[in-house]
Amino acid sequence: MGRAKPPSKATDDWAGIIGPALGLGFAVFAFGLSFGVMCIDAGGSVPKAMAMSLFVFTGASQFSAVSVLAAGGSAASAIVGALILASRNAVYGVAVAPSLMGSLPYRLFASQFTIDETTGMTLAQNTPQRRRRAFWVTAASIYVFWNLATLIGAIAGSNIDTQKYGLDVAFAAAFVGMLAPLIVSPRARRVGFAGAVVCLAVTPFVPIGAGIIVAALVALVGLRPTADAGPVVSTGGPA
Amino acid sequence: MTWMLIVVLSVGAYALKSAGLVGVGVRDFPAPVRNVIALIPAAVLSALIVKDTFTAGHDLQIDARAIGVAVAVVAVWKRVPLWLVIVFACAATGITRAVS
Repeated sequence: MGRAKPPSKATDDWAGIIGPALGLGFAVFAFGLSFGVMCIDAGGSVPKAMAMSLFVFTGASQFSAVSVLAAGGSAASAIVGALILASRNAVYGVAVAPSLMGSLPYRLFASQFTIDETTGMTLAQNTPQRRRRAFWVTAASIYVFWNLATLIGAIAGSNIDTQKYGLDVAFAAAFVGMLAPLIVSPRARRVGFAGAVVCLAVTPFVPIGAGIIVAALVALVGLRPTADAGPVVSTGGPA
Repeated sequence: MTWMLIVVLSVGAYALKSAGLVGVGVRDFPAPVRNVIALIPAAVLSALIVKDTFTAGHDLQIDARAIGVAVAVVAVWKRVPLWLVIVFACAATGITRAVS
């Protein structure tokens, strides 16, 4: 009886990375479609939607900026809110840095792809080699799907009545999906609740979109030390 | 949506991403800073949800959007895939508008 050849370890490794990376790519596809459609709705164009997804490339911040603009907020409100939300990418950079040792140009290039999904996938691996592979495979998958979906959404968005199809709640629904994995700790839940209350309370009195920025200040309770800080990385949300 | 806004966002987002990977590298931010940054998404995403659901400009209002977002909350709680969450939420809001 011939000895069955065990599957190659290397093949296993790649399959274990490419499968989940493609899964995440499909997941961000729906978000990308919504983003493209709403970007047009907020006064953007196909080139502008594409520039956002190609260069800003951090989904929650892109959503946040477009959401503020769609509500009639100023560019300043949109930018500050989006960048506060993007600050977590700096923490992600620190988390993946040990897996992405290399030349300065290499790390500068990798920086563009340091987002929720790549960080989550990278940290989930158990060897340095797998971490590095997971980062780049996930980066490629998300980048391609996110931009393709944005393009399709933006082209379709030019011909869609967003109100009629309820597309104006696409972002809120997406935000609910992104929020869920982030509020597993009681402290994060309290911060989330307080952020929502603060935003509604100040909305009548501050410039449109500035409520988001005021709500972000609730996160300053993190300065108080606690054993219950919650996870730094979410793998649930889009880029 | 101006090109200037897109340029500022692109540069700002890239600066934050590279601050961690290139600027700080294998050292780390001080623990209090890390804790605050970790809590920001919970505060901001919650704020964005209620803003997109219950506000119109400076006014607070309850309309068909609340139905869609309520459906999204239930769908996420039931662990429905995220793309379906969006589809369900939009459909619920669209149908509510069509029948009201």
